[in-house]
Amino acid sequence: MGIATFTTKRSLLSGSMILIILFLLATLPLYARGYTVVLLSSIFMYIIITVSWTIFSGPTGYISLAPAAFFGVGIYTSALLGKAISLPIVICIGALASFCLALLVGALTLRLRGIYFVMFTFGLVELLLHFVLWWEVNITGTTGRVVSTMGNTAVYYIMLIIFVILVITATLIKHSKFGLALQSIGECEEAAAHTGINVTALKTITFAISAFFIGAAGATMATRWTYIDPRIAFNPLISFMPVLMAIFGGMGQLYGPIIGAALLTYLEEFLITRFPYYYMLIFGIIMVVAILYLPNGLVGLIQRWRKGGLKRRHADT
Amino acid sequence: MLVKILDIVIAGLLMGGIYALIAVGLSLQFGVARVLNIAHGEFIMLGAFITWWFYTRVGINPLVSLAICGPILFTVGFVLYRTLFTRLRTSSPSPAAFEGNSMLACFGLLFIIQNVAILVWGAEMKGYSYLALPVNFGGAIFAANRLTTLGFAIVIGSVFYLFLARTRLGKAIRAAAQDPATAGFMGVNINQVLALCFGFGALMAGFGGTLISMSYNIQPTMGLEYTIIALIVIVLGGLGSIPGSFIGGLVLGLVGSIVTYTEPGLSLVAYYVIFMLLLLVRPTGILGK
Repeated sequence: MGIATFTTKRSLLSGSMILIILFLLATLPLYARGYTVVLLSSIFMYIIITVSWTIFSGPTGYISLAPAAFFGVGIYTSALLGKAISLPIVICIGALASFCLALLVGALTLRLRGIYFVMFTFGLVELLLHFVLWWEVNITGTTGRVVSTMGNTAVYYIMLIIFVILVITATLIKHSKFGLALQSIGECEEAAAHTGINVTALKTITFAISAFFIGAAGATMATRWTYIDPRIAFNPLISFMPVLMAIFGGMGQLYGPIIGAALLTYLEEFLITRFPYYYMLIFGIIMVVAILYLPNGLVGLIQRWRKGGLKRRHADT
Repeated sequence: MLVKILDIVIAGLLMGGIYALIAVGLSLQFGVARVLNIAHGEFIMLGAFITWWFYTRVGINPLVSLAICGPILFTVGFVLYRTLFTRLRTSSPSPAAFEGNSMLACFGLLFIIQNVAILVWGAEMKGYSYLALPVNFGGAIFAANRLTTLGFAIVIGSVFYLFLARTRLGKAIRAAAQDPATAGFMGVNINQVLALCFGFGALMAGFGGTLISMSYNIQPTMGLEYTIIALIVIVLGGLGSIPGSFIGGLVLGLVGSIVTYTEPGLSLVAYYVIFMLLLLVRPTGILGK
């Protein structure tokens, strides 16, 4: 059997696998319990944030701690406009608002290298949090607001749609000239610039694309929480989690962050009601262990294990 | 009017002293040991809680606690660097990769330390009253504990500066800050020196925590705010510069005091605006090269 038929067969197999999984996910609310739908929506939320984070930070190596800012912008869009406009439009506006904020921030800051960029993005979240807090206390007079809600199933389907669009976008970016250019920025930014890549523009656009999806997820999830205030909307944890999940899952393959986010969100759901403090403790330990012993995350582990398996098979024949 | 100005300036300096002290610690850890210690505030929190615990349970004077907290936290920092960070440093392909990885490991430490503290001491606010006597300063009135804090911050900072400038070990630390590889060739035991620096950083955090607990309420989740302030101060003063950290701390304290006077609630926003403008316009800081 030629290698060509082998690869087409394999891609056919994984293609049909993906279709089956999608079909199962799409029909899930018909037969699953209400809780499963809610849980899966949370898992999708973290998957969307983590995969979006990985689109930009994975290949370029710029560690962004801004997701909470974009997520919060989405949430506030939903809270402010949710009553007046229909939801799909609100979600688009939330996503676009995040996109514009990211364009602005990216154009200003992506000249900064390494640790300065990390500090700046982290400062952005806290700046927005304290500004909105001050605004609500002094100008509006009330902190927190009520968000008009919709059903759990609707939230689930919207998150699923965002997820599918995001995965398609991420795949297209990864396998295009665009993705290759991002990769080269991560390897050596000067060399990338010298080969004719417009480094700043590329980084800014990618940063904004990743913010777009985070904003959309924020606008959608806000409708599930019914009540929000600045501390919920701009929670720095939303910035730390995708980093942890992406590192735990591994950033080499697209499925890495997805697996990482799904596993850790499930762990969070499992632990948070029983041991609220232990769960953050466990997350901390996972983070340190992952950085020390799993430099390429779970994906790296799977690949090493598969390679080992293949070698053994070759030795047998 | 004059009294008001005096009031604002002294309040700013009192706050700035603590800012400077904790920033010196972070500056050592980041400027020399190349670890952006996001968990710096958690070491401050540990210092504060150990002091509180000693004072309320055993009745040990907080100023004596300085001599207890410092060494404890120094040991914690030193051991952490020798185990965790040295391993990361040798396994990271480049210095830039080490900066990223070590910062992420510090996030893990932040979660671990903070939640262990909550499990041990509970999540509520704690506080005690020590030296809360009023002191009249040309019409402006301040608590004695805050003045003591400022005095100790200045003394500790100056002693440490002299240590870096005059002793052999200080010279080794400065050499390692400039170029770790070359310092290693010149016979500096680089792993040892970097671990010592990280330990000194934790020591400063412990001192800062003790001093903070004398005049402010404490809570296991208090760390992040101080970490951010220390970050802003070291960017303001220039990474790795001890005098820069001191000037930066006092400047930030003054700014905070002025903003709090005119529009309370905006002081943190003002800090971030300064921070972000600095990063954009002059990331090397006031005294940076």
